[in-house]
Amino acid sequence: MSAPAEHGISTSDLCLWYGAFQALKRVDLEVKHGLITALIGPSGCGKTTLLRCFNRVNERYGSVTTTGLIRIRGKNVYDADVSLIELRRRVGMVFQRPNPLPLSVYENVVFGLRIHAEKRPPKSVLDEAVEKALTEVGLWKDLRDRLQAKATGLQLEQQQKLCIARLLPLKPEVILMDEPCSALDVEGTRAIEELMFALKGKYTILIVTHNMAQARRASDECAFMLLGELIEHTRTENLFLNPSNPKTAEYIEGRYG
Amino acid sequence: MSLPRSPERPAGRGRLAVLFEQAIELLIRLCGISAIVFVFGIFFFVFREGAPYLAQLDLGAFLFSSDWYPSNDPAHYGAGALLLGTLSVTLLAMLMAVPFGLGAAVFVSEFSAPRTREVLKIVIELLAAVPSVVWGFIGMSVLGPLIKDVFQVPLGVNMFNAALLLALMSVPIIVSIGEDALKAVPDSYREAALALGATRWQTVFRMLFPAAKNGLLAAVLLGVGRAIGETMAVLMATGHSARIPTSLFDPVQTLTATIAAELGEARQGSEHYQVLFLIGVLLFTLTFAVNLTADLVVKGIRRK
Repeated sequence: MSAPAEHGISTSDLCLWYGAFQALKRVDLEVKHGLITALIGPSGCGKTTLLRCFNRVNERYGSVTTTGLIRIRGKNVYDADVSLIELRRRVGMVFQRPNPLPLSVYENVVFGLRIHAEKRPPKSVLDEAVEKALTEVGLWKDLRDRLQAKATGLQLEQQQKLCIARLLPLKPEVILMDEPCSALDVEGTRAIEELMFALKGKYTILIVTHNMAQARRASDECAFMLLGELIEHTRTENLFLNPSNPKTAEYIEGRYG
Repeated sequence: MSLPRSPERPAGRGRLAVLFEQAIELLIRLCGISAIVFVFGIFFFVFREGAPYLAQLDLGAFLFSSDWYPSNDPAHYGAGALLLGTLSVTLLAMLMAVPFGLGAAVFVSEFSAPRTREVLKIVIELLAAVPSVVWGFIGMSVLGPLIKDVFQVPLGVNMFNAALLLALMSVPIIVSIGEDALKAVPDSYREAALALGATRWQTVFRMLFPAAKNGLLAAVLLGVGRAIGETMAVLMATGHSARIPTSLFDPVQTLTATIAAELGEARQGSEHYQVLFLIGVLLFTLTFAVNLTADLVVKGIRRK
């Protein structure tokens, strides 16, 4: 293994309660920058909850209590001087169901630029951003003539790619993906995975997945969670070939899940 | 295995049961169609009462002249001032009700805590339950003197007074339909916008309004329909004077109030009587156009 890369995300002693239910128990996780890290575990183990801590989107619901530290590129996200808006610019999120905004393709891609701009960005900047972002996710050729079409009318695969594309103009450092392929077919899944490989290096990518085969083929490192605890976190091939914890071994063999 | 019986007589059912089923179906069908029958029936009878005057009607003068002197000899039936009265009061009412109503809808749907929301919805619906004659009474006895004092105008019952009442009457409709439209926007869109770093206001203006625009437009149009058709409150609060208004505080007279005030005095079958029915037809056309637009707009939502 190479020298330890800089951390994209690190947590220490992270606990989270929904009301009285403890969903995360003392999670210590270090996600390396520039790699794809997969979070696996059975339903209800807290992997999506953990993911949603990192852009603090969990806080939408009342009665959520969080303790411990979460650092994104070394900066604690609960520090008083951290702006939620700036945090969410730096930490992009892709959801389980593709959720492009009910606007045009063009407006979806520039949405982030518009809301974060101090004053109206000139059209040339926006046009350029759209072409760049759509090219990066491989949609430009298909959609260059349909930029004004409604994004909600696209194929699911295109919608999900668009959801990734709209993060890129904001130059995020971290991209969180919550089962991004679960609504897609085989082709769509392959396309999104290839896109993840293409984006790797520039971004810290953290992906929650139910699909162990996907974790195995698409991630560099893999973290296994169970009942709110982080059980094991290592190189993906290590986790699948030589799991150190018997619970991990049983899960990846499919004894439960 | 036995052969299936004919579909008209399902196994195990007597002839009577089948007949009963058909009778119920017929009854329900009639209920459904009756609405259409009633609407056309009303239009037909209103139109029939007014039709004899059509032969001598000068449409230009009827629509655009402001000479409304039904008891003069010869009488003048220019409904222009009345039409303008209805349109101006409605427009002024909407200028007040739309921002207020949509703002309230956004607050109720997006910003209020669940308990506040429930209380607000009940109170707003209560506002819709106030009878219009009570509104008219408030206009005459509370708003009128107040407007006279505050704006230093000679007459308290005027266009502004009536528009204020109409605004208060249409706000509940705009709020409740507008809130439905906002609630219909999937939560995943809000989450998407927030996760991109939008503030709540940016989420409302840049995502929610475009997403719910059809429903919000329908809410506004239904509010307009309410305002155009309102009679008693405007009869009491406009000042009821058929003139072209030149300021917000001039008295006006609306189409609806004219019919309500004069139909009782007009001899049945007289010219005046027939013209009042034609005004009814005009009003009917106006509200029909507004409702149809609202309908088409709402259909537009479902198609997407």
